[in-house]
Amino acid sequence: MTRVSTGRRAAGRTRPLYAILALSGTLVAAACSAPGGSSTTTANSAPASVTTTCGTDPVTLKGYFETGFPLPKTLADEFTAQFPNVKFDIREDQFAVITQNAPRVLSDDPPDLMRLPQVSELAKDNLLLNMDTYAKAYGWDKWPPSQLEQMRFGSNGERGDGSLVAMGLNFSMTGIFYNKKLAAQIGMTEAPKTLAEFDTVLQKAKDAGLTPINQFNGGATGGLAFPLQNLMAAYGEPGPINDWIFNKQGATIDTPSNLQATQHLEKWIKSGYLAKDINSQDYATMMSRFIGGKSLFIFSGDWESGNLDKQMAGNAGFFLMPPAQAGGKQAAMSAPLTYGISAKSKNADCAAFFLNWVATDQKARDIGVKVGGSHPMGPDNAYMPEVAQGTVTASTLAAGATIGKDNGAMDFIANATGAIYAKSWTPQLQKLVAGQQTPQGLLTAVQKDYESQVKG
Amino acid sequence: MARSLVRGRRTRRRPRSAWLGWLFALPAVTVYLVFVIRPLLLTVQYSFYDWNGIGPATWVGLDNYVRLVTDSELFATIVHAFELILFFSFVPVLLGLAVAATIRRIAQSRLALVARTVLFLPQVIPLVAAGIMWTWLLSTTGLINQLLTAVGLGSLTRAWLGDFDTALPAVGVIGAWVQIGLCTLLLLAGMSKIDNSLYEAARLDGAGPVREFRSITLPSLRQEIGVCLTVTIISALASFDIIYVSTQGGPGNATMVPGLEIYYLAFAEREIGMASALAVALTVLVLLCVLPLQRITRDGTR
Repeated sequence: MTRVSTGRRAAGRTRPLYAILALSGTLVAAACSAPGGSSTTTANSAPASVTTTCGTDPVTLKGYFETGFPLPKTLADEFTAQFPNVKFDIREDQFAVITQNAPRVLSDDPPDLMRLPQVSELAKDNLLLNMDTYAKAYGWDKWPPSQLEQMRFGSNGERGDGSLVAMGLNFSMTGIFYNKKLAAQIGMTEAPKTLAEFDTVLQKAKDAGLTPINQFNGGATGGLAFPLQNLMAAYGEPGPINDWIFNKQGATIDTPSNLQATQHLEKWIKSGYLAKDINSQDYATMMSRFIGGKSLFIFSGDWESGNLDKQMAGNAGFFLMPPAQAGGKQAAMSAPLTYGISAKSKNADCAAFFLNWVATDQKARDIGVKVGGSHPMGPDNAYMPEVAQGTVTASTLAAGATIGKDNGAMDFIANATGAIYAKSWTPQLQKLVAGQQTPQGLLTAVQKDYESQVKG
Repeated sequence: MARSLVRGRRTRRRPRSAWLGWLFALPAVTVYLVFVIRPLLLTVQYSFYDWNGIGPATWVGLDNYVRLVTDSELFATIVHAFELILFFSFVPVLLGLAVAATIRRIAQSRLALVARTVLFLPQVIPLVAAGIMWTWLLSTTGLINQLLTAVGLGSLTRAWLGDFDTALPAVGVIGAWVQIGLCTLLLLAGMSKIDNSLYEAARLDGAGPVREFRSITLPSLRQEIGVCLTVTIISALASFDIIYVSTQGGPGNATMVPGLEIYYLAFAEREIGMASALAVALTVLVLLCVLPLQRITRDGTR
């Protein structure tokens, strides 16, 4: 609250006011150099030599993790059990908070392990440790390249290849969850095989008085980006979409096949296949309604598998977005649960050892699947834990294998730049729901924002 | 003789007392300079740069300010802030006047005390809690829609905060609810200062309650109304928390206000310079709205 004094009454106090102004003038003059660090153009180079253990001396790894996900903490506990000299000092925050804090925290309060948002801008500012030497030492560069490419950043400012600046704890994948009881009610006994079949199911569900799809799309969380990107994958190739997300020169989201996808989404909206109030729903509301049996489908990811196996045991199913033509290749948003090491980390060797342990230790891989619900990182022939048949976790893992076979993994279109999700996809998708934006207008607007953000 | 004596004493004593006074004020002045004035001036400085908060900054002169007036999306946020004044400011002050006048008339009864407490409650609740509570009330299955359905107005039900047409007014209602208690209490306090004999005289002259209110209560409350308007207009223009919790600026950009936009620019888009420029513009805007108000509402009482 500001209290403003009137001119007349303040007249007697002008002298102190001048004194304050003069003093603050001096303060500013002292601080009047341009803000920010000095200009550095070369990318962080990888450390020349590294140690591939945590040693035997006591080590405390400083972690900055995402709240609400038990996986990293469970892994940390197991790691301490196996290597008692290593303790963790963990700070947790919401992902949105981590996104906003990332640059400051990485430079001012360097964590050894940090859950990362989109990495391009952080890598550009040299805030992340270059892990190339570790990749070589541990043999990560012999894993399927698609696992790591989203975390590679080149000196040309493009993602997808170049130096490894982050690692994944596992890689998750998105698709469509359905309520088995409701599905049986409308005669859906197996996953639809084409987009047209899926449309038929949606119409049947609507005719039966069910809510066919519920999806979060409220506030700053444009969840319709999930079905939209899945539709993009049904109509086109994942390659150009990845190029766009990786900021490749000249890439555009405004392509004919993406327009078809956006038009298809608009058709769903206009046909009433989506819950009416999606523009006011957040993620938690969507999940609680789905678990409560209020909608047939939701678009989400395998990080919910463990949760759904518990809360809807036997009643939840999962399938990948069906292709436009029968037998066509399938693609899905699939991204590693990205963790990085600060360029200023004091225990980088131990942090890298932990990341390697997560991908290679048998117990760690068990935890990755059972607690994380997703596929662990690592070589194709690595140990995989047994998962009970008929569970959602089993079907999401199987779907992951399909995506691997079809080479259909894409990063999330919301990860193209740091601000594209909150400032572009979300408002545009909300406008599409309200009928205030056309499919073509949406793609044009997003592309325009993208270009200004990539340049800036 | 007496005059010169007084003057003599004053000249001798003045420097010491002045120094002593400043010494007492020093801690507060230091804190104020370091934590209020310095950030303020740094914000002004940053607003002339293109800076992502970490890397090197580039001097861009007035570019950020130019974008502020040419970018329709940024300009729309300022328009939204002015629309919110209607809800955050005028509605609470008008309702506050009505409520305070009513409470004053029933001042002796226990009901007045209860009413005062209930009305002041929103002021005690943190804004974030108020935002969360209203998000529930205004949701599709919330109390507001249940009530509408119960009285046969089911056709009006909607996701109030998720609808392009109703989101901004819905946010405004939350703000009005929060502000009304403070306004009522301030106005009530102002009313208690009014000399009762004025009312007695008016009544003897045959004035009814409405005439009493118009001719005595309202003119006497000029200052209090001024304070209410000042405080609420500032909170409307600088609003952040209620909107961040209830809509986060959505749907689309229907409820985006400068306060929230500054936050997004600085932390999501990492455009510290642009965020600072908008912050400076907002500060100037607040002063432009509030300073004239101070003059208007104070002058008459002198």
